[in-house]
Amino acid sequence: MGEKLYLGVDVGSTFCKAALIVGESGELVGYNTRESGTDFAFTAKIAVEASLRMAGAQSSDVAYCVSTGYGRHNLDFSDRVISEISCHAKAASTKYHTAMTMIDIGGQDNKVVEINDKGERTSFRMNRKCAAGTGAFIEEMAGRLKVHLSDMDGLARQATHDIKLGSFCTVYAGTEVLGLVRQGVAVPDIVKGVFYSVIKRVTAMQRIGGKVLMTGGVAEHNPYILTLMEELADCEVLLAQHPQLFGAIGAAIYASESGT
Amino acid sequence: MSAEFKRKIIAATQQENQVMKDYFLDLDAAAKNPDEKIAWCTSVGPAELLRGMGFKVHFPENHGAMLGATRMSTELIDVAVADGFSPNVCSYMNSDIGSFLSEKTPLRKAYGIDLPKPDVLVYNTSQCRDVQDWFEWYGRRLGVPALGMRTPRGIIGHDEDLSRAGTEQLKAMVPQLEEIIGRKMDIDRLRETIQSSRQTSDLWNECLKTNVHTPAPWTFFDSCIHMGPAVVLRGEPAASDYYRVLLKELKEKIAKNDAAVEGERHRLFWVGIPVWGRIGAQSKLFGQLAANIIASTYCSSWVFETLDAANPLESLGETYTQLYIAGDDTRRMEFVRKSVEEYNIDGMVYHDAWTCAFTTECRYGLPARLREASGIPYIVINGDLNDLRCYSDEQTSLKVEAFIEELEGI
Repeated sequence: MGEKLYLGVDVGSTFCKAALIVGESGELVGYNTRESGTDFAFTAKIAVEASLRMAGAQSSDVAYCVSTGYGRHNLDFSDRVISEISCHAKAASTKYHTAMTMIDIGGQDNKVVEINDKGERTSFRMNRKCAAGTGAFIEEMAGRLKVHLSDMDGLARQATHDIKLGSFCTVYAGTEVLGLVRQGVAVPDIVKGVFYSVIKRVTAMQRIGGKVLMTGGVAEHNPYILTLMEELADCEVLLAQHPQLFGAIGAAIYASESGT
Repeated sequence: MSAEFKRKIIAATQQENQVMKDYFLDLDAAAKNPDEKIAWCTSVGPAELLRGMGFKVHFPENHGAMLGATRMSTELIDVAVADGFSPNVCSYMNSDIGSFLSEKTPLRKAYGIDLPKPDVLVYNTSQCRDVQDWFEWYGRRLGVPALGMRTPRGIIGHDEDLSRAGTEQLKAMVPQLEEIIGRKMDIDRLRETIQSSRQTSDLWNECLKTNVHTPAPWTFFDSCIHMGPAVVLRGEPAASDYYRVLLKELKEKIAKNDAAVEGERHRLFWVGIPVWGRIGAQSKLFGQLAANIIASTYCSSWVFETLDAANPLESLGETYTQLYIAGDDTRRMEFVRKSVEEYNIDGMVYHDAWTCAFTTECRYGLPARLREASGIPYIVINGDLNDLRCYSDEQTSLKVEAFIEELEGI
């Protein structure tokens, strides 16, 4: 390959993401996303190998690696560990050069991060120890509705009525969804209600306004959530480039700064 | 994150263990002696009055903390819940009542003893409401009187009327206590007890203040362990004797610049009650990040600067109605703001304890107000004092790591 490559690996609770960037330009030359499974280290290794193949590179081309995400401490080949909150913020400040609120809806938790106009992270909030409002919540509701996860976004867009789920708790919301099914409410309306519930949980974590950037797998696979966020928070919401990979890209950027 | 963090040894711990052992064995002996009377008292109840009158004193909240620290509590909470208590009320109370109902106590393993049965129960509601229900439950169950200082919370400034009302309640309690113990209150003995308690309080405060030094010689997690005598032995010379030993060691550490956390880079302040079952894990988590939690609202809650042997009942009335925890947010914020300056704090860690609204100080916007006033960053850790089902190790690690990265400008 010749040029030095920098590797970021985001071992998330649901998906493992690897991103390879070129040192000077920061160009993304290889990446891979796969389910994390139960052996994080093994999955990460496979994701890295796939990323290297995509880049036409070898492991010896990697000058530095930063790991992040739920399994960030599980990788023996990582040179440095940095939290996903910092990694997402790093990618956001590097790519967008503006003060913003960044929202990462992940499989297990949500983060709302404030970034100032110097690109510095000034504060962050996370959801409580609860799955409501996360990717796991959407997954659970898809299961209740017998709908494939990848069909949720399309279904939500077909909704003709607004449904509001009133429950705080995933279990109670599940019961509420079953109640709606029993009442004959159309599935698209319920799916939109599920999305709306996710957004409500996020907007309750912190006052949302100004420029908003959304990252994470939930936003990538369900972009209709951005539309709902714009409606609810009355602000412009931008979808990050490579939203699901964003944490891994941030980790790779840190790697390029650490390894030079 | 550095590779390994090991808690520094505090040599006085051995003596503390002995002091606590002696205290519990003395209680056990009293329980078996018909001439002795035992009072159960809330942790910031009028222990000096009880000791001054000759009672041996047991503190159910201390037992609750032991249940938490030994991680027996989560299982025992369910026993109380099955008996009709909500899982959302004080988990000290639920685990202590669960312990009573299932006859399981860490005292058995530690000292080979059971809880001493009370002759009277004395509570003070200025710390929280739950202690009243807790003690009255025992009162009904055991057929012993539950006497209370019923004092309000959320008080504004220093309330003289409230101090006087507290004193009147204590005066009204005295004849009832005299009847139970079978003798008149000896005012000179009460003065001695208050004097001794004040000494303990002053020495404890001096120990805490050693962390003004950089690097700090001990951690919040250490002080949670070493506060035992300041809670359960107020008014007994054994407590002040112990804190003289501890203070000497801490001063020696300062003289040698012996840091509790090697390479101390961040000085943090803890607001709220500890997560007892995670004291060790959190000590390691912060220590690995070269961060030391060096001061807290919690450990300072057993500093009683208004105790005055010259005015025994008046000063007890004032002390136990004007507690830090009984103050409104303005008073609490002022205390925290001053502490931030005094200890040269970089960041705040607030514990939002699921079952303790009273020690949780981040639910009414205080962290954001303090950040606005002092520019000090913060995190909120969601957890609980005793119910570990309300706590996530992973989420806490992530928050703490990200917070330290924020402080380091990463």
